[in-house]
Amino acid sequence: MDPHDHPDSLDRRAALSRCAGWAGTAALYTVGGGVTSSISLDTALAAGSATAAVRPFTFLQISDTHIGFDKAANPDTRGTALRAVERIRALPHRPDFILHTGDITHLSRDDQFDDAKQILSGLGTPIFYVPGEHDFLDEGQGKAFLAHHGKGMLGTGWYSFDHKGVHFVALNNVADLQPGGMAHIGDAQLAWLKQDLAGLSSSTPVVVFGHIPLWTVYEDWGWGTDDAAQALSFLRRFGSVTVLNGHIHQILHKVEGNVVFHSARSTAYPQPTPGAAASPGPLKVPAEQLPTMLGIRTADFVRGSAPIALIEQTLA
Amino acid sequence: MALLPAALRRLAPLLALAAPVLGGAIPGTVAAAPAKVVTVSIRSFAFTAQVITVAPGTTVTWTNMDEDPHTVTANDKSFHSPALDTGGKFSFTFTRPGEFAYFCSLHPHMTGKVIVKG
Repeated sequence: MDPHDHPDSLDRRAALSRCAGWAGTAALYTVGGGVTSSISLDTALAAGSATAAVRPFTFLQISDTHIGFDKAANPDTRGTALRAVERIRALPHRPDFILHTGDITHLSRDDQFDDAKQILSGLGTPIFYVPGEHDFLDEGQGKAFLAHHGKGMLGTGWYSFDHKGVHFVALNNVADLQPGGMAHIGDAQLAWLKQDLAGLSSSTPVVVFGHIPLWTVYEDWGWGTDDAAQALSFLRRFGSVTVLNGHIHQILHKVEGNVVFHSARSTAYPQPTPGAAASPGPLKVPAEQLPTMLGIRTADFVRGSAPIALIEQTLA
Repeated sequence: MALLPAALRRLAPLLALAAPVLGGAIPGTVAAAPAKVVTVSIRSFAFTAQVITVAPGTTVTWTNMDEDPHTVTANDKSFHSPALDTGGKFSFTFTRPGEFAYFCSLHPHMTGKVIVKG
C-alpha cells in the first residue's frame, strides 16, 4: 500500500485483488465511502435501469508532464514522460482512453506541445486533455493550447463525452484567474455545466476532470478552486461522482458525500506536501528517489465489485 | 542634447507656467535627477517586498528567482509582464502617483502593490 492511500476495508481489498494482480508493483486503493449502492453495477444491471448501459472498462490518467522543464528537480522530463508511456504500453489491459489533467507543457510553447504530442501519440490511444496554468501562460492566454488541442472544445477549453454509460466532464479552471483568488471556473463554464448535466439520470456515474483541485487542499498555496461549490451543487444529485485532478503532483483523496476527489502524481517532479515547505514548486529529491514519486493512474470500472477502482503505479 | 538649451529658452515662458503643475515631468528636470530603479524579487511564490513605495518616475524591476514561471499583472491590466521563467526580469516605470495593485496571473494568490507618491 502506498502511504498516501486511504484506509480500505479488507473485503473491498480482497474483491479487488483480481485486478491488482496485474498491477505489479503498483499501489492499489479503491474508491470507498463516497460510492453509494445506487450505482453498484450488479444492482444496476439486475434492475435493468438506465445504468445497465454501464459496461466494465479501464481508462488511464496521466498528469503534469511539464514537457520543457529542465531544472534540478528533474532535468529530463521528456525521459520520465517516455517512461510513463512504456508503463502504459506494458499494461496487460489496454485502457480505452487516457485523460491528461493538464500542465502538458511547462511554458506553453509550440515546440513543447508538439513534443508532448509526439511522446504520447506513440500509444495509439485517444487522449482527452484539459489545460493547466502552464499550458495557458502564452501571450494569447491559451491560444497555443487551443490551437493544439482545442478541436471540439467549448469556450476556453471545456467539453463532455459519454463512454460505456459513464459521463465524463472536462473543466478548465485555469483561465482568467482573479487577483487574490485560486483557480476559477467562471460563470460561462458553470452555465454550460449546469445545462450539460441537466439531461442525465441521477444514476449515471459522472467523472469530472480538471487541472487544479476542485476542493480546497491548501488555500495559502492557491490549491483550490474559488467557485467549485457551484459546480459541485450541480453534481450533488448524482449517485457517484469522481473528480480527478493534477496540479499538486501528489496523491491526495477526499470524500464529500457522493463526491470523491483524487489528485494524481506528476510524471515530471514532486511538490511538497501542503504546508511542508515555504512554498509550492518543484521539489528536489535524491535521483534514485525521484521515480518513486512520479506515476500514472489506472481507473477500472469493475463489474461485480466496487464501481470504480483506481490503481496507482509509480515510475520506479 | 546640445540643442536642448536653445529649445528650452524658446519654451521658457511656457515652462514657467507649466513647472508648478508638471513638476518632475519637465524634461530638463528629469535629466538632472538620477534615474531611480527599485527591485522586487519573486521568490517562494511571493513578491518581496510585497508593498513598495516609490517616487514618480521610478522604474521597478521584478526578477523571478523561482523554478516555476510567474507573471507581474496589474489588477486593472494597465501593465503586465509575459510569463517570466527562472531568472526572467520585467520592468515598468511608474510616472503618475497612485496605488497599483498587481498579482501573478498564474498563481493569483500571489499579490503585491506599488505605491507611487511624490
